[in-house]
Amino acid sequence: MDKTGTAGNKGPGIRSDVWVAVSPAQSGGIHIDLKSKVKALFGRQIHELTEKVLRFFEIENAQVVIEDAGAVDFVLAARLEAAINQIIQTNKEFLLPQLEENTTTTKKDDFRFSRLYLPGNSPKLMLNAGVHKPNGLILDLEDAVALSKKTEARFLVRNALRNLRFYGAERMVRINQGEHGLEDLEFVIPHFVNMILIPKCEEAGDVQRVVERTKQFLQQHKMNHPVWFMPIIESAKGVMNAYTIATADPQIASVAIGLEDYTADLGTRRTNEGTESFFARSMVVNAARAAGIQPIDSVFSDVSDMEALAENVKRSKALGFDGMGCIHPRQISVVHENFAPDAAEIDKAKNIFLAFREAENKGLGVVSLGSKMIDPPVVKRAITTIELAVEMKKLDKNWDSSEKSTNNQN
Amino acid sequence: MKKYDNIVKNAAGRKVPTIINGEEHIPFMGIGKYKPTGRKYAPRIVSCADYPEAGNKLVPSLKEALVKAGLRDGMTISTHHHFRNGDLVANEVFDIAHELGIKNLRWFPSASFPCHEHLIPYLEDGTIQRIEGSMNGALGKFCSEGKMQGLGILRSHGGRYQAVQDGEVQIDIAVIAAPTADPFGNANGVNGDAACGLLGFALADSQYADKVIVVTDNLVPFPAVPWQIQGNYVDYVVKVDQVGIAEKIISGTTKITKSPDRLLIAEMTARFCEATGLIYDGFSYQAGAGGTALSIGNYFGDILRKNRWKARFIRAGSNKYPVEMLEEGLVEYILDGQTFDLEGVRSMRENPNHVWTSPFTSYNYHGKGNFASMVDVVVLGATEVDVNFNANVVSHSDGYLLHGIGGWQNTLFGKTTILPIPLFRDRIPVIRDEVTTLCAPGEMIDVIVSERGIAINPLRKDLVEKAKDSGLPIKTILELKKEAEAICGVPDKPKLSDEIVAVIKWVDGTVLDSVRKVIVD
Repeated sequence: MDKTGTAGNKGPGIRSDVWVAVSPAQSGGIHIDLKSKVKALFGRQIHELTEKVLRFFEIENAQVVIEDAGAVDFVLAARLEAAINQIIQTNKEFLLPQLEENTTTTKKDDFRFSRLYLPGNSPKLMLNAGVHKPNGLILDLEDAVALSKKTEARFLVRNALRNLRFYGAERMVRINQGEHGLEDLEFVIPHFVNMILIPKCEEAGDVQRVVERTKQFLQQHKMNHPVWFMPIIESAKGVMNAYTIATADPQIASVAIGLEDYTADLGTRRTNEGTESFFARSMVVNAARAAGIQPIDSVFSDVSDMEALAENVKRSKALGFDGMGCIHPRQISVVHENFAPDAAEIDKAKNIFLAFREAENKGLGVVSLGSKMIDPPVVKRAITTIELAVEMKKLDKNWDSSEKSTNNQN
Repeated sequence: MKKYDNIVKNAAGRKVPTIINGEEHIPFMGIGKYKPTGRKYAPRIVSCADYPEAGNKLVPSLKEALVKAGLRDGMTISTHHHFRNGDLVANEVFDIAHELGIKNLRWFPSASFPCHEHLIPYLEDGTIQRIEGSMNGALGKFCSEGKMQGLGILRSHGGRYQAVQDGEVQIDIAVIAAPTADPFGNANGVNGDAACGLLGFALADSQYADKVIVVTDNLVPFPAVPWQIQGNYVDYVVKVDQVGIAEKIISGTTKITKSPDRLLIAEMTARFCEATGLIYDGFSYQAGAGGTALSIGNYFGDILRKNRWKARFIRAGSNKYPVEMLEEGLVEYILDGQTFDLEGVRSMRENPNHVWTSPFTSYNYHGKGNFASMVDVVVLGATEVDVNFNANVVSHSDGYLLHGIGGWQNTLFGKTTILPIPLFRDRIPVIRDEVTTLCAPGEMIDVIVSERGIAINPLRKDLVEKAKDSGLPIKTILELKKEAEAICGVPDKPKLSDEIVAVIKWVDGTVLDSVRKVIVD
């Protein structure tokens, strides 16, 4: 029992996080040595929660060192649990009451213009992420987490899924590759994750293993909330298998491309123009459309150049993508703005929709606009555009009633 | 002598002493309620006969100047803060005082900076009895822990001018560090290695102090123009090798924030101003020098450009961003109170529409008006706000003094005061049941803009009405407080002693609040 468990981060630049060291003892009760810049106002609460977590894991005697930089409760609890797991074997989990709003579900075809990546072991970036209103927030267990921090990140991500405010963003987690990724699932599936991002998918099996394990955990916990999947294709082989990956399971809602790894795999460099990835991007768009799901573009890595990002988004939309990853909150509004339907698109969609409704009212089987016949997929797309325009406040919710009254006046 | 005595409850409901460092002070009576009578303080009458005919007031060293000025125990010594953290002169003054064995001085700076930590040994050994001025960093900690011999008094920039003008503070020796001066004592901040723009914070000192010493490292033959400080007030001029550290005179805060959260708050502030019609052709605003305030200025610029409008003036601590707007023609005048970077200094030197001002023209409450009240939109920071919109700018929630009041209280008199602030910092919610230290009565604060929503003071019915259909997330201040506490938890109250270590003055010289001693465990 002379082992010490440690977890978390400390040092300059660390905020909203905490570093803990738990050393069990034979006797003497729980002794807490707390350094915190919020001690005057939250010292009591930090002591109480620490004792509660230790007692929950049946540790009655321990020396605990805490260096706190303003961590909120779910962060402190995650750090303590990660440290305790290094010193004792336990199947218990210390969970704070889940936020009611974090049990909501999402739909397969919800809009996914933007998804913001958050390093899974950095609480500082998590707390305010939702206020920037991305469509999805990704708690990333993969590339954004150092190898030595992978385990403690799982506790933090689990707690964040339960207790972080997402402000309406879809709750997403990017798991690790392979076996580690399957282990990650145990920390997120029972906690109402909406979507799992599966990195470096090269064939259908890479997705199916994750889907299977997810179903097992859901059954095990007697839960049945929908969990969607977004395989990420990041290699030449993955691109060649894009369609089989996209159709590997009905729970797959989108398929994304990851261009940093893909261009490395090709032996080339990524450029802003993206000529080198034109084929791969088109393949992914094609595969996704053929599978009836959303094609999602890679992140844009120059976070300071908003004009280049806007150009990139426009190209992405023109290629047929439905959304894009973001690595900085300021990218979100640029991505939304440029994926959103423009005025001409909205006008066209309105006309198609009105023609469709008129045809319906008259009991006509065929929709026509002017002299042109309109196919059902075009109508469906027009409806999507209108929904989008309304959601993005580019079109009034009751646009058709005002449209009607103008028509009547005519 | 007791540090303080005769505690009463003032009109803001705060318990404040009325005897402070042995002198009588008036408790806060409400905004605009205290009307002073009598005449202003007047400095001694002097005669040209006692000054060198050729106008050469040079003395060989600062020490000699201080001795000639009659430096002795118990005096009040003033300095200004235009050199910010690059100031060398204030420290040197007290090095000399210490060397001469002088005790019991009152230091009356227009603000203090981290470089003045140097003075702590002199506060400990009684060379300096107390500071009346802002106390930041190490000085703030020293005062907050009750170690200062006298009681600290914090005043706004305008309040400092008022206190000098009204004779509440009588300065024995003013030491004015000047980037450029002539032997007669004319001085300015626009030229020289230590160029800092203007010297407005030293104006009252030059006008009212018994003795005035100008210290410069750039001595030019008469006339030093512009004469921001007039030599006719000056007793002695000292030439030194270096008067300030140029790279530290430039403030570190004058960069637009890159923090996405702050940018979001800035954007929401600008959208609020646009949606409620606060921005119009010919409007004016107070531009802060903090990262958030600077980016608000940027967004204001976008709105002006889009509408082909011009702002009539920017009231500033100026720096390159307002200067760019002036040069682009988005604004007609910059009325500058302190200059934060070399672009600001250059513009002030070259552009007649970049005007240097002083706390007299902009802030003094015991004057025949001041232009702070003419500004349309004022954007300020705060450490805390309470549910009644009272705000704190000097201490943190743990009770430690960390900032000065600066021009903050004075600018509250603008037409609309907006505080763009995060809902919490390091887990500490910014909106509290009651502010730790009261610096602004709630009726002076109109809008709180946070990343999670905007709260409008219910007194501003006009803004409440105009913001209704703006699509902006308008919430009550209680809702915002609850939202922060749901994330951070509910903080305990800091453990503060009953003992008072400093007081906060209102702009009219009345005592608004007391700062309590922090209990160190």
